[in-house]
Amino acid sequence: MSKVLDGLLYSESHEWIKKLSDDEVLIGITEFAAEQLGSIVFVDLPEAEDTIEKDSEFGAVESVKAASDLVAPLSGEVMEMNEDLVGEPELVNEDAFGAWFIKIKLTNPEELDSLLSPEEYKNFI
Amino acid sequence: MNYNKLIFELSIPGRIGYSLPKENYPNYQLKDLTEHLRDSDLLLPEVSELDCVRHYSNVSKKNFGVENGFYPLGSCTMKYNPKINEEIAKSYSFTKLHPYQPIRTTQGALRVYHELQVALSEISGLAEFSLNPYAGAHGELVGLMVMKEYHATRKDFKRTKVIIPDSAHGSNPASTVVCGMEVVEIKSNELGMVDIESLKSVLSDEIAGMMLTNPNTLGIFESDICEITKLIHDAGGLMYYDGANLNAMLGKVRPGDMGFDIMHINLHKTFSTPHGGGGPGAGPIGVRDFLVDYLPNPRVKKMDDYYYIANTAESLGQISSFFGNFLVELRAYSYILTLGKENLMNVGKLATLNANYIRNALKDDYYLPIEGYCMHEVVFDGLLDNPNEIRTFDVAKRLLDYGMHAPTIYFPLLFHQAIMIEPTETESLQTIDEFIKVMKLIAKEARTTPELLRNAPINTPITRTDEVFAAKAMIFSYRDYLEYINRKV
Amino acid sequence: MFKYFPHTKEDINKMLKDINISSIDELFSQISKNVLLKEDYNIKSEMSELEIREYFKNLSNENQELTIFSGLGLYDHYQPAIIDAITSRQEFLTSYTPYQPEISQGTLQYIFEYQSMIQALTGLDVSNASMYDGSTASAEACFMACNITRRKKVLISETVNPNTINVIKTYLKFRGYDFEFISSKNGVFDVEDFKNKMSKEYASVIVQSPNFFGLIEDYTGVSEIAHEYKGLLIQNSDPSTLAVLKSPMENGADIACGDCQSLGVPLAFGGPALGYLATLKKYVRKLPGRIAGYTTDSNGLRAYVLTLQAREQHIRRSKANSNICSNQSLIALYVTVYSALMGKSGLEEVNKLSYQNAHYMYDKLLATGKFYDNFKKPFLKEFTLETTISHDLIGEALLENNIFGGFSLEKISDKYENLINFAATEKRTKSEIDKLIKVLEGLS
Repeated sequence: MSKVLDGLLYSESHEWIKKLSDDEVLIGITEFAAEQLGSIVFVDLPEAEDTIEKDSEFGAVESVKAASDLVAPLSGEVMEMNEDLVGEPELVNEDAFGAWFIKIKLTNPEELDSLLSPEEYKNFI
Repeated sequence: MNYNKLIFELSIPGRIGYSLPKENYPNYQLKDLTEHLRDSDLLLPEVSELDCVRHYSNVSKKNFGVENGFYPLGSCTMKYNPKINEEIAKSYSFTKLHPYQPIRTTQGALRVYHELQVALSEISGLAEFSLNPYAGAHGELVGLMVMKEYHATRKDFKRTKVIIPDSAHGSNPASTVVCGMEVVEIKSNELGMVDIESLKSVLSDEIAGMMLTNPNTLGIFESDICEITKLIHDAGGLMYYDGANLNAMLGKVRPGDMGFDIMHINLHKTFSTPHGGGGPGAGPIGVRDFLVDYLPNPRVKKMDDYYYIANTAESLGQISSFFGNFLVELRAYSYILTLGKENLMNVGKLATLNANYIRNALKDDYYLPIEGYCMHEVVFDGLLDNPNEIRTFDVAKRLLDYGMHAPTIYFPLLFHQAIMIEPTETESLQTIDEFIKVMKLIAKEARTTPELLRNAPINTPITRTDEVFAAKAMIFSYRDYLEYINRKV
Repeated sequence: MFKYFPHTKEDINKMLKDINISSIDELFSQISKNVLLKEDYNIKSEMSELEIREYFKNLSNENQELTIFSGLGLYDHYQPAIIDAITSRQEFLTSYTPYQPEISQGTLQYIFEYQSMIQALTGLDVSNASMYDGSTASAEACFMACNITRRKKVLISETVNPNTINVIKTYLKFRGYDFEFISSKNGVFDVEDFKNKMSKEYASVIVQSPNFFGLIEDYTGVSEIAHEYKGLLIQNSDPSTLAVLKSPMENGADIACGDCQSLGVPLAFGGPALGYLATLKKYVRKLPGRIAGYTTDSNGLRAYVLTLQAREQHIRRSKANSNICSNQSLIALYVTVYSALMGKSGLEEVNKLSYQNAHYMYDKLLATGKFYDNFKKPFLKEFTLETTISHDLIGEALLENNIFGGFSLEKISDKYENLINFAATEKRTKSEIDKLIKVLEGLS
């Protein structure tokens, strides 16, 4: 059984969301998603200042035998992307909840209400 | 046996392996091209002829071919590639023709194209074939172009959706997207067959057609095929037959008779042309009479006893420089003539007999997820008694240790531990019995000595590879390799 | 019994008994009788090996082997004897796609070497394992540029080979993408026209050098214009010529493509040949097709595997870069063995001899007073002249002497009025060229 951390929000497309303030969040993929993909060899992320829209693709994660689109759980503007993952994508396998992908400023904080609680995500997987 | 050099590493400055004629006109020199000339260095090897021949002979030994042993790769139809076909493709004038030569000097080649086209039409129950597509996936794309062009000519532009079962090969949805159409995926039922109800639920006037493999990718014949084709036709769509599994149908059923309108054939599967380590194959497409005008240019036509090349305005356009992989076509035609109608009629039967014999013999050791007879290939879903949780991957790798090629694994995706075995009609009872013996032995090893499987293969030129390193290091050329070595030092 | 079916009656009986059925037809019982074949195919009866040889020998005799003085994308270069010997080895010939690396190192290694040679010739960073032919590789190059730039329009130089243009047009049309031509000026790519037309709408421009007329094009400033609008430069070239002419890398190209027939592959009525496709490393994940990469096995031995497969159709399905699921692997071996044996000096020599033959022929043709060069641009082994003598007459006169050459471009398009194509490789001897000149001198 994959780990699900308390204090985070989750999406059905297996992202975790950590609230930094009312309208700033970090987004990454869950341990469950990382395990499903296997050894991750490449992470494709948007640049700072790109805008992302809820439910649309904002990047991709690639392992040796699979690739998965990243689906935005929230809309917003990218403030920062995790440069470390470009050179060391294996960090996602080592610590999925530590290896954040992007930091975004939300354009519509109400969207947070649509996300899953840790308990709900546990049931989902 | 541990030869592992790259050709570049044999290079000695100044050594040559070629001989060319002496120059006749020394007044003309490349240096006159001045600013157009290349400045940068060219990293190519400098080797003698023997160095070169020996290198590739040694490299070839690390490959496993159909002549090395049993090659039960499901969905790939690894039958024997007859030697006479190779002789025909290399002898005579066929290799020396320029496609722009006057047609009266290429009548023999044009006739091969046309006669093969006619034979494939007869075998398929369709009106006409174009041999221009270079491969199965290319055939899919061109077949879909025919479908799109047909609707476009009728100004029925809203038909942009193509129905594809979730059990289809990945190339079906990929070809659909490249053709500018939309994929509508339908779920298979528990037998891996088209679910008629879910098919009905997606039918509309936006459906361009449906792509179907039959026998499907699970090796099962879609027994509702006539109902499926009728549903699609009634909805105004066309039926596309993916010829990946045509071998089972040879001598038994023609796609045209099942109601298909467009299809491709993999000459490298059904018609015995060599796979060549991944190509070239050939993917001719055939169509019903009302679609013939859309076939790609150039077309080869016959008038009386004269063959000619036609480029027509109604055609969907050009999808290849010339006439497809002509030498592959030549081999396939040699195969068809060698078998003749008598033996072509038996291909599907013997291939199916072989597959069912394996199915029956291994059913107590490997899990059979589908009831009933299979066609030319059988799918198991992993080991039946598996206390050590041995994966299909390990079973496949262990087979390599016993001098056999692995079956196709993890496809179809419907089963998590899929092992797909296609013996083909050219394998003897003795070879198949040997394979069965080995598969049973591996099943036993999985229970008693699982480490043997987890570490397999060990009797091969190399052992399991580090694929994560390959994907991350991205060393794709000798130049990259040199940079990598220098970085390490 | 039949030679490719090993089943004796006893074998079949044993197998039926094991399966517990009485006839093979029972295995087909789920198929409706309406669709089962009721009679044999209407195809010829089986032939013995002797009859097959005879049949194809007769077909071959209906062809005529000619001395080739034309090109247009396919060139009659010399093929060293070792190519056939090596590519006929069953280990290479009969194996499948190298998905089991432990027993496919032969294929994987030569693909790696092939990629290395294309890398060297183009100067770009990474080549894939090959595409079907030069024209489909060019179409894929355009798609790739669209994918990278997220644009749906491309520019095509009018001097690209018409076969290539036609295939690109078909691919674009069905995908719903659009294009615009860049016109030619004196037979070469018009940089001014490109400067005027290029905008942020276009993903790329595809150019060809030596171009369809055989002329070498100058791309000074072209990549800068393309990049100014964040578009890409795609260069299509006969790879044999890249051994001596400016490489795509030197021209600032982002993608290189073309047909490798000139590197050791027989003419074979146009196929199989091989399309090469190379690009910069930053675009590798948008590159379609297979790629072999270096790695090691669990004992640390050198190994090669197919890598970055997550781009491909068997994993990505509808989201794949392309629908391609093969490469012209065996033809890549032709190209690899040829390039290895010839090396840098051999390829230079081939180009020099071809250049000399073509230029000698060119001067002799102009000296007849019946042919004119209105382009007056540098060329390598192929050139295009103008003549008002009937092209049919020229073709017939040459054919009587077993020569194919002087291909009329009028057959390709009306816009090429009076233009006629000639090419000479290192294979053409002085007596062959002199014979061609003599025949043409006699015409009026």
